[in-house]
Amino acid sequence: MIVPSRPTVNGRWSGYRHLLEARMKELWREPEVIFWVFGFPLLLALGLGIAFRNKPADITTVAIVGNAHAQQVVDLLKRSRQKSGIHADVVDPATAYDQFRLGTYALVITADGTGLHYRYDPARPESVLARSQVDDALEAASGRQDPLKTDATQASEPGARYIDFLIPGLLGMNLMNSGMWGIGFALVDMRQRKLLKRFVASPMRRTDFLLALGSSRLVLMLIEVALLLGFGVLVFRMLVEGALLSILLVGAIGAVSFGAIGLLTASRARKIESVSGLINLVMMPMWIFSGVFFSYERFPAIVQPAIKALPLTALNDALRAIILQGASLVSQLSRIAILVLWGGLSFVLALKWFRWS
Amino acid sequence: MLRVRSADSVSSGSPRVFVVLTGEPAAASSSRPTDATAHTSPQSGIILFMEAAIRCRGLKKTYDGKVDAVRGLDLEIHPGECFGLLGPNGAGKTTTIEILEGLLAPTAGEIEVLGMTWHEHERELRESLGISLQETRLSEKLTVRETLELFASFYRNPSSVPAILEVLSLVEKADAMVGKLSGGQKQRLAAATALVGNPKILFLDEPTTGLDPQSRRQLWDIIRQFQQHNGTVLLTTHYMDEAERLCDRLAIIDHGEIIAEGTPAELIARLSGHHVVEFALAGGDGEGADGAWNRLPGVQSVRDEDGYFSLQVEEPHETIPALLSVVQQKRARLVHLTTRQASLEDVFVQLTGRHLRED
Repeated sequence: MIVPSRPTVNGRWSGYRHLLEARMKELWREPEVIFWVFGFPLLLALGLGIAFRNKPADITTVAIVGNAHAQQVVDLLKRSRQKSGIHADVVDPATAYDQFRLGTYALVITADGTGLHYRYDPARPESVLARSQVDDALEAASGRQDPLKTDATQASEPGARYIDFLIPGLLGMNLMNSGMWGIGFALVDMRQRKLLKRFVASPMRRTDFLLALGSSRLVLMLIEVALLLGFGVLVFRMLVEGALLSILLVGAIGAVSFGAIGLLTASRARKIESVSGLINLVMMPMWIFSGVFFSYERFPAIVQPAIKALPLTALNDALRAIILQGASLVSQLSRIAILVLWGGLSFVLALKWFRWS
Repeated sequence: MLRVRSADSVSSGSPRVFVVLTGEPAAASSSRPTDATAHTSPQSGIILFMEAAIRCRGLKKTYDGKVDAVRGLDLEIHPGECFGLLGPNGAGKTTTIEILEGLLAPTAGEIEVLGMTWHEHERELRESLGISLQETRLSEKLTVRETLELFASFYRNPSSVPAILEVLSLVEKADAMVGKLSGGQKQRLAAATALVGNPKILFLDEPTTGLDPQSRRQLWDIIRQFQQHNGTVLLTTHYMDEAERLCDRLAIIDHGEIIAEGTPAELIARLSGHHVVEFALAGGDGEGADGAWNRLPGVQSVRDEDGYFSLQVEEPHETIPALLSVVQQKRARLVHLTTRQASLEDVFVQLTGRHLRED
């Protein structure tokens, strides 16, 4: 018997294709992954969107210390133009101060017959607002004459609401989370199970393996963007101003860059416990500083350059500019460059230090 | 590559084919004359090159400049044989096999696999070797079939996955998740991932550790089947029965050195005394008097393990009657007496004074 000379069965990319396919199957079959990658950010958007939704009009709740002059203040408020925006309770001093401290009341008003005394907290925006609002209402109702006539129109438009700010931030954060966990954690898990070593004992090309991991991130990125943006548009009637292709491109660069940072994080660790700590350590500053839930403008000016150099800041800013303001890709080049730099540097270092066994 | 045993194995110059597990035709690589020894078959007069499947010289591995895991190993594994590295845990077996597999760099020494070096022919070698590591945990969320298809995709010319499933009796489990397999099935799958690439050499690091007897025998059958079709096998084990039954030749390793090498029969024959008489006593006086046992006819050595004696003897029929009369003199009572053929375990004990597995 002669062994038939067999034709080459597998082409150059067969390993890559199978690795990617296997990776995607593993992800789909892991319910936790589905939840953390897709369910969690949607729940977060829903919860925060509802909590910070634009209420018809903000009502300021204040306390009036119950004494002989309290009724006078109440009457004045009822006569004022702003009466619909202010709710006042007449309560005893102890309750007033207690509830003021707890945040139920934004302001405590004490009338002593000669004038009014306000107790407010300058560190609480709603307290500062309440003071000037109530003061204005009471002075006007007492007959103050304004030399300048003013007028105002109310405008709460899609694009300027908290949920509009939030959705691109959540998208950026989600790309970071799934990049870091999806690559970093998965790799160390494979290393701990000696699966990486088993792979390199076969003729598998290491580049194919890394490419497949990166590609799996891109596929997930598409789904993440579609889900979060779709959710924003359908549930909160958010307006997407920028080109979808630009959003996807920035999303892809973000996903791959965070994948590379995840790769670097996982390059040496042997235990999933140690890489979990590392991943959280890397992500923590970005959760706080990169403007996911609130604008980083609130941090002191001196740290602003450092904040802007963080990859998640660059990603969030670029996504917000494109999604909310319809900015072009070209206008975001400096932010994209920051992302590429982080990703590229991480990738090069990761390859240098990577431990396959 | 041919193993010159007899005229009929030479005539298999057109090699036998095994549909599933076969490597390349065995003679094909004889065109690579590197370091080959010429052999003349007495019957046919044909000159054949016999080249080692695996050869290493002066292999050393020192971890972190301190721990000497392997201290100068020389090995030559012939094509078509099943070679075993036998030794206790921590003897350096895994380090040795992983160096030969190209997964660890040696501190010193030369290695040639199929006439090639890891440095120059890594990709080529990876295509020709099947490797099963100690305790690899494959992805639990893939099915058996998907796992094999994944590994097959790495090779240019893999075996067909259905055929491998058949050979390793995994057909019924083909669509089961790896996480749901039993220990024996997982080990068979690990062997399957090594065989799916159609290897010429199969490396198995403790393939049956922790398996039940039936699963072990199943794996042994698979290994023999691979070997019968011109495959070369290198395996490590700390089970002496496994080494005895499976291996054509073996090297006993202890503290990173080969302390004995040969066929199982040769190693046992080298023992002074091919039989072992084991007994235990109760009562009587002078229990500690080991000297009495040494003086029995035909006794080569005596071991006393907490009152459980084992004598290495030439001829049990000469020793046992003498033993019984000594027992009687001591007014002791025999609570246990057996006699058996010496095993590799005895070889190991004689060489090192320790058992292979001291758990």
